Amino acid sequence: MNKTVNQKAWFFVIPVFVLVAFNAIIPLMTVVNYAFQETFGNNVFMWEGTRWFKQIMLSERFHASLGRQFLFTFIILFIQIPLGIAIALTMPKEGIGVPVCLVLMSMPLLIPWNVVGAMWNIFALPDIGFLGHSLNALGFDYNFTQQIGDAWFTTILMDVWHWTSLVVLLSYAGLRSIQPAYYQAAEIDGASRWAIFTKIELPKMKKVLTIAILLRFMDSFMIYTEPFVLTGGGPGNATAFLSIDLVKMALGQFDLGPAAAMSLIYFFIVLLVCWVFYTLMMRNEEKS
Amino acid sequence: MSLELKNVEKKIGLDTHIYPTNLKLKKNTINILLGSTLAGKTTLMQIMAGLDKPTSGEIWFNNENVTGMKVQKRNVSMVYQQFINYPNFTVYDNIASPLKITGVSSDETKQRVGKVAELLKLSGMLNKKPNELSGGQQQRTALARALVKDSDLILLDEPLANLDFKLREELREELPKLFENRDCIVVYATTEPSEALLLGGNTATLQEGKIIQYGKTLDTYNKPNSLVSAQVFSDPPMNIAKIKKLGDQCSFLQNDIQWKTKLNIKDGEYKVGIRPHNITTYKEGNNSLEIKGKVLISEISGSESLIHFTNGNLNWVSLSNGVFQKNVGDEMNLYMNTDEFVYFDQNERLVSNG
Repeated sequence: MNKTVNQKAWFFVIPVFVLVAFNAIIPLMTVVNYAFQETFGNNVFMWEGTRWFKQIMLSERFHASLGRQFLFTFIILFIQIPLGIAIALTMPKEGIGVPVCLVLMSMPLLIPWNVVGAMWNIFALPDIGFLGHSLNALGFDYNFTQQIGDAWFTTILMDVWHWTSLVVLLSYAGLRSIQPAYYQAAEIDGASRWAIFTKIELPKMKKVLTIAILLRFMDSFMIYTEPFVLTGGGPGNATAFLSIDLVKMALGQFDLGPAAAMSLIYFFIVLLVCWVFYTLMMRNEEKS
Repeated sequence: MSLELKNVEKKIGLDTHIYPTNLKLKKNTINILLGSTLAGKTTLMQIMAGLDKPTSGEIWFNNENVTGMKVQKRNVSMVYQQFINYPNFTVYDNIASPLKITGVSSDETKQRVGKVAELLKLSGMLNKKPNELSGGQQQRTALARALVKDSDLILLDEPLANLDFKLREELREELPKLFENRDCIVVYATTEPSEALLLGGNTATLQEGKIIQYGKTLDTYNKPNSLVSAQVFSDPPMNIAKIKKLGDQCSFLQNDIQWKTKLNIKDGEYKVGIRPHNITTYKEGNNSLEIKGKVLISEISGSESLIHFTNGNLNWVSLSNGVFQKNVGDEMNLYMNTDEFVYFDQNERLVSNG
């Protein structure tokens, strides 16, 4: 077949370029601009080179919030992935229970993030909140606004409540795509329930689980709204995750240079982790 | 050794999937369940295996009632239309998996896996994972898993349906060999009459949850007990025409073609079934009958040519050897081999072979 050359085809592509430029490249470049310069307002900029990057990389405050961020992300992945799979396994496979479960499961995902934060804030208040009051009535000394452990507990619980459903829905979809013949074949072999899970269900769910882990990693690593509304990063800096710390630096202290450098470092960490994880999973895929 | 279904019936809700069925399968036989999709082949097999319970009726194996016995306790193996293997096991581990669970020693496992792998031409790929294999090799692995343990009952549910044409032909030819010298009952479900004829053994024709006929494959093919059974065992579908018999003269109702018959039956109206390959573009047999046709569709399938044509108010299908193309609307002469006509009465039961 002969391909014709028609430069007018660029008109189909240009709108996309313009759109991407406005919503991604230009804002990002502004941040890059700030990251290498110092400004005192009035549009006066002074070249600072890599000074802000060095400052952030060596700052204890950044190390602390990065550490908190990784700890938080690992804890919620550790809870949500197994819990999500477990719930998906117990969900009904046919009948009226399927739509009921699916709708119930999607509910937390449909609630706006700041509403989730506000809801849990009220829910967990030690004096009037249902959770906080009940825990205290049961004899636990619970106060998420003052005790670090309680603040972490509440933040993690909130995130598990909000996001486990995503893992459930993805796992459920993965499970449903396994043909019944696999289960029959395993039954004929006399395989145990555990063997069916590890030898059939898990390998067959591998792809959706990769997606689930990636999505949950990215979202939890960039979490902002919910802990901001719930704890505001407190008590002290106990739940000041990377994004909360970043906003504090940029808008609270108006340290635009270091904040811009920090956001770029932040961005590259997310990108790097996703790339490493995805490459590892895909390499595994090719091998097997 | 025998497998017997006694009045087995399967209902799900108000739907009857299997009507009360009696069937006795003998030792060392290949039994083909032939029927279209939804005829009940899979359901029947699952009941035989013990994967599914019949609503009523009993299953007897070796003079023992095994109705409701769990499939793990029955010594069966099954191969499916889809290629079912453990995804993260190697081919070797896949084939060995039924032996491992029953606790066969590792030396014996090695020997038996090696033997069956050789039989199925898998020797070179024992260390590969299923998704590194072609569809044909994946299905060979599944077959090997079914053959490696000495099952009393091997069920194959359309094992070749998901393979492409060449692989299907290849594996189809090997299948009868695989079941030779095995002390077991083989049940093989298929939608394709040609597969049944190739495998030999016995054939049961099924339609809408009923077994229409069961007997030696060639007998079932040559002497269909009814029009339904003949239709199930004919691909492309059999041509059916109404005829009138008077003395030894027969004639079609919608045209004036006549032929002589040796049939010793009452005069009256009958239906005649003619398989497409008994209507050809050349004369075949001593008693061929000429019929004029107007071509509707002409298609080539493999080394055969299929011509759909009209005569009278009826559409006919003919299947001739050789490759040739006819144009739509062409008038042509075709020849029917009257020796191969199958006669049915008004109730569509077999009368006799002409």
